[in-house]
Amino acid sequence: MTEELLRVEDLWVRFPTPSGKVVEAVRGVSFSLGRERLGIVGESGSGKSMTGRSILRLVRPPGQVQAKRIMFHDQDLLTLSERKMRQVRGNRISMVMQDPKFSLNPVMTVGRQIAEAYRLHTGASRREAKRATLEMLEAVQIRDPERVRDLYPHEVSGGMGQRIMIAMMLAPDPEILIADEPTSALDVTVQTSVLRIIDRLVKERGMGLIFISHDLNLVATFCDRILIMYAGRVVETCEASRLHEAKHPYTRGLLNALPRLDEPKAALEAMTRDPAWTEAPSVDGYL
Amino acid sequence: MATSEALLVEGLTVAFDGSVAVDAATFAVEEGASFGLVGESGSGKSTILRAIAGLVPDWSGRIEVMGHPLGRRRGAEFFRTVQMVFQDPYGSLHPRHTVDRTLSEPLLLHRFDRVEQRIEEALEQVGLGPSFRFRYPHQLSGGQRQRVAIARALMLEPRILLLDEPTSALDVSVQAEVLNLLDRLRVDRGLTYLLVSHNLAVVAHMCERIAVMQGGRIVETLRADAMRNLTPTNPYTRDLLVASQGYSAGEEE
Amino acid sequence: MASDTLQSTSHTGWRAWLLTDTPASRMQARLGQLYLGWRTFRSNPLALIGFLIIVALVLMAIFAPLLAVHDPYAQNLDLRLRAPGEDGYWLGSDDLGRDIWSRIVHGAPITLQIVAIVAVTAPTIGLLVGTAAGYLGGWIDVVLMRITDIFLAFPRLVLALAFVAVLGAGIENAILAITLTAWPPYARIARAETLTIRRADFIAAIRLQGAGPIRIITGHIWPLCLSSIIIRVTLDMAGVILTAAGLGFLGLGAQPPLPEWGAMISAGRDFFLDSWWVATIPGLAIFIVSLGFNLLGDGLRDVLDPKRKSA
Repeated sequence: MTEELLRVEDLWVRFPTPSGKVVEAVRGVSFSLGRERLGIVGESGSGKSMTGRSILRLVRPPGQVQAKRIMFHDQDLLTLSERKMRQVRGNRISMVMQDPKFSLNPVMTVGRQIAEAYRLHTGASRREAKRATLEMLEAVQIRDPERVRDLYPHEVSGGMGQRIMIAMMLAPDPEILIADEPTSALDVTVQTSVLRIIDRLVKERGMGLIFISHDLNLVATFCDRILIMYAGRVVETCEASRLHEAKHPYTRGLLNALPRLDEPKAALEAMTRDPAWTEAPSVDGYL
Repeated sequence: MATSEALLVEGLTVAFDGSVAVDAATFAVEEGASFGLVGESGSGKSTILRAIAGLVPDWSGRIEVMGHPLGRRRGAEFFRTVQMVFQDPYGSLHPRHTVDRTLSEPLLLHRFDRVEQRIEEALEQVGLGPSFRFRYPHQLSGGQRQRVAIARALMLEPRILLLDEPTSALDVSVQAEVLNLLDRLRVDRGLTYLLVSHNLAVVAHMCERIAVMQGGRIVETLRADAMRNLTPTNPYTRDLLVASQGYSAGEEE
Repeated sequence: MASDTLQSTSHTGWRAWLLTDTPASRMQARLGQLYLGWRTFRSNPLALIGFLIIVALVLMAIFAPLLAVHDPYAQNLDLRLRAPGEDGYWLGSDDLGRDIWSRIVHGAPITLQIVAIVAVTAPTIGLLVGTAAGYLGGWIDVVLMRITDIFLAFPRLVLALAFVAVLGAGIENAILAITLTAWPPYARIARAETLTIRRADFIAAIRLQGAGPIRIITGHIWPLCLSSIIIRVTLDMAGVILTAAGLGFLGLGAQPPLPEWGAMISAGRDFFLDSWWVATIPGLAIFIVSLGFNLLGDGLRDVLDPKRKSA
């Protein structure tokens, strides 16, 4: 648990706008990741997705990523050439996005996409890739892999699409998986089964998982450790199981704003945002 | 009995090109009550709302509003009694119309008096204030848009509000504000709510009675406290409840 | 986004008034939108060139009598086919000794008239037909769109020729023929846009407030179709000018001695090898104006495109 796979130091992401303003999406975030499930929670615009993307250098221009260092083992990802970065991306660090519909190629069968991803990373033969595809589909608990392999993305349900994405991302056996709202587009009952698959694979393979979500309950129950982000900064970090003892007023506000099945309330607590939260320096989330 | 029911739905069936979206749904909502419909995507919960609102052309069964059965066409009287708030605040406001135009149009359509005053009062009531009056939707945040949508629904002073996932596109803290607003408006104006959501906690917070839908059917109707005490009888309701409590690492069947 | 407060450039005076996020009146809100559009437009130099060309054309049309140094109809058979610059003819003279510059200048109002009439009528017909078909659907849609298809099945110039042949040659009939051939593409665009717009929640909302189809089409669907139609109109104007010139060239549009540019090319055709300027100069005029409209259309697309993300 103590081994550091990834260390992000003082990360900033800035977007210049046409009118001359500079929007700072991430402001001085630092954290590290071991072989654990790290949750990043926050509301829209908190910079949680940008944090995930900037690790893989997937922030599109005109966005600018700046950090002291982003260490992956002993490599600084920021100084790698684009070609070297491509080997890291997908091969050693993978990413699962929110909506599988936008991440899968609509005119290629599911099986071919997985096989191609596999061949690209391993250089295996066509036959070998075909066999591996079936194995991977089985690994994400798709019941009839032979049939699903020949389907097109629009023919599969949201839950199955997300499993396929996970299968594809895990094909090259990466060390880190970044999951950006992987289950927000799914129904709750499907969500649980997809999360179980991620959980099992992460544990079996000893991977590090960065789980980005807006859902406090989900992160508290699924992850080991949590970073809470607000306005581009980490305002608090805690053990997932102790989220309910969180101290920062923003975290408390979020918890109290949530309607709860077990504790009926007459009115939900409306949050009053303190401008000081935006100004306070980012809390570091090192192990 | 029949007089106190604001909304009565009996054997409502909606079919789209051969597939049945809603299968013989039956429920009643008392005046001043708040009734919830929960279910996952494709369960038919939103279709019920749209059928009541007259946005779905082909339905069969019986729908009564304030004791009057509805026909195929909805008249001015219906629009002044029933209004709806939509799920996506980004899609439910006309992108080229200012807040002012959005709010004044229903008043002009139904020839209401005191248009200026009514608009300002409505903005005040949803907590926006007069400075928002001449803004375009893209100058508003998601929560502010949903407030405008609620204000629009209230312009005609309806008795019943149909709420289609009114907060699912919003952040948690904004959701709390909007839910509180809806709660307050219901008390102030004696409104009747029919709320559709996939979020059990939201429905339990807002409603006294809840119908659980699966595959177009209402599988169980229960009181919110039964939901809270985790004593539903239907196995699907139980699954939903467990799943909505967050992640549990238990063995999948 | 997270915080856009830190380095905002401060606006002053009227600009702040236009760009405010809290307009105090309908007028201010509308002007603010216009100003933002102008800023986007201004940042595209090619579009600005196109805009200037069109402005120049309009000015030329308005001040034609002042700009022309000769009477465009005055013949002088002693000074036939002078090269540009000779004998006081800036752009040369044609086979009847008329000053080409003056004829070009006096041709500008004719071109502008054709463009203006077509730009107003064809899109209006198209918008009416397309939105009605798209919103109302059913048999209305089928009938209207089959009529549109019939019009679209013929090449534009051929259809215009057929109309002119029936109506008789002349500039008015040429404009009418062009309008009749120009509306179907607008109907197609408007219908396609309407089909996506009518599913939107804001249409459902206004229906729920009791608005009828006419109000929904004119007040809610038209404003959203208008931008793609306007873009298409400006891009189409080059084609309209060319069709008008084509009809003129074939002798079915403007009749001599009217200085219509297409007819001028046609007249210069016989002397092309010896006196290139007689046909080339009106050709250049058509080319420049068409280019101007195309550039303008491109710039307007950036400003008006509804898919453009609002900053």
